Amino acid sequence: MKKIILSYYVIPLIIFLSLLLLFWRGLQLDPHQVPSNLLNKTLPKLDLPDLINSQHRLTNQDFIGHVSLLNIWASWCVNCRLEHPFLMDLAQTQQIKIFSIDYKDDSMPSQQFLKQFGNPYQIVGFDKIGNTSINLGVYGTPESFLIDKNGIIRYKIIGPITQKIWQEQIQPLIKKLQS
Amino acid sequence: MSKLLILFFILISLAIYADTKDLYQFATADQKTRFTFLTQQFRCLVCQNETLADSNAPLAQDLKVEIAHLIQNGQSDQQVQHYLIQRYGEYILFNPPFKTTTYILWLGPFLLLIFTVITVFMVRWRR
Repeated sequence: MKKIILSYYVIPLIIFLSLLLLFWRGLQLDPHQVPSNLLNKTLPKLDLPDLINSQHRLTNQDFIGHVSLLNIWASWCVNCRLEHPFLMDLAQTQQIKIFSIDYKDDSMPSQQFLKQFGNPYQIVGFDKIGNTSINLGVYGTPESFLIDKNGIIRYKIIGPITQKIWQEQIQPLIKKLQS
Repeated sequence: MSKLLILFFILISLAIYADTKDLYQFATADQKTRFTFLTQQFRCLVCQNETLADSNAPLAQDLKVEIAHLIQNGQSDQQVQHYLIQRYGEYILFNPPFKTTTYILWLGPFLLLIFTVITVFMVRWRR
């Protein structure tokens, strides 16, 4: 009798509960958060014209000597618009140099965007056809990279940066990288 | 009325013909076959359950252009695969590779099958 209870009731229940646990875990995973393959690697070769000042360029040299944030955005991207006020606040605190790449955009609307909402960036690299961004493994804006003093990528944020993400994930890392 | 219908079908078939024209030009038929094969091996990261070949997302189109360039420049299939993995990671492979992190994915169904067969036999045998 005891054996029957075990095999007919307890074992299926255990299987069911472990499946439930797997599904519950699966619900909390976001398949759109694809881990970057560039973590702990040097920033790929970068040489883009500056959107604002066409005399300047955004190159790998700009990322040497200080911890920086590289934000990939576009004027047509709704989530970038949501993220923008946070970047403006961040730029004011001067915790970190913010560079950016304007991804598959036109110069008119993106300049208009920065005029209207403010420009938190040191330099805006203009990646009109998007092939520099492909080298960075970008697949959806906004994406941001945290880059250390030696120009090595240390962290990637997919989607808009929020105050919460910044405080919990990025700030501790910056402190570690700056020390 | 029937003439109108005939006209309608002729126009529709023209539209379909226009759609099947090649977007990417290759020097040899072999290159074209490789392109078709390769674009079916990679995942579109925007619409994740589609291959690059099936996807019309802007990123998928850009990556197809890149792959076409690489093939035209004489890169091998391995080199194209390396190019994409270097940038987007192994997740871009539509068929996950067989390695330690994916053992459960590949072997799990077979283990479950064996387990089920054993259970069924044991229950029947006991009766």
